[in-house]
Amino acid sequence: MATTPIKSTATGKEPEQGFVYLPLIVGWLVPGAGHFLLRKWIRGALLFAAIVCMFALGMAMGGKLYHGADNILDMLGFVGDLGNGLMFFVSKFFSLGAEHVRITTADYGTKFIVVSGLLNVIAAVDAHNIRTGRKP
Amino acid sequence: MLQLSHFTSVLLFALFASTVFGITLRDTPRRMFRYGTYCFSLFIGSVIVFSWVMYFIKK
Repeated sequence: MATTPIKSTATGKEPEQGFVYLPLIVGWLVPGAGHFLLRKWIRGALLFAAIVCMFALGMAMGGKLYHGADNILDMLGFVGDLGNGLMFFVSKFFSLGAEHVRITTADYGTKFIVVSGLLNVIAAVDAHNIRTGRKP
Repeated sequence: MLQLSHFTSVLLFALFASTVFGITLRDTPRRMFRYGTYCFSLFIGSVIVFSWVMYFIKK
């Protein structure tokens, strides 16, 4: 019975060594940095611009940064905000962001901040997928 | 404090979200651009449609 020979592992692309979760963590801390680490410069720059602009607009509109878990909606908002990585921690450190939402624009701003965090998580996971070879 | 209109906010939101969706959910630059444009038009289109729906509900 003929058996197909096992192909050599030297197919031209060796699996990269190192910590596979580094692009995920770096990408979470700084938007687009996970892609920069993988030399995807244009993708990284676009992600950085989109996420940072969204966060900055949210802050400029008087958006609120969630800081606790008083109720389930606050908890979900806090999780979304955490997705912003360093931007969230720096803003918290300097006490940026409104305490209370009083006008409609500030409510839009709050949503901008939460969504920028969620988009940053998607971008960081994408960097991880590129690193593991799941995505070209 | 920056005060944008609702529609301007929607335009910016759609632009940023579509950019990230396009880059992360497709493989090649051409497909990324097409998917980003598709998402952007869906965001804006649905906003316009639902705005008119709410207008007629109010009437």
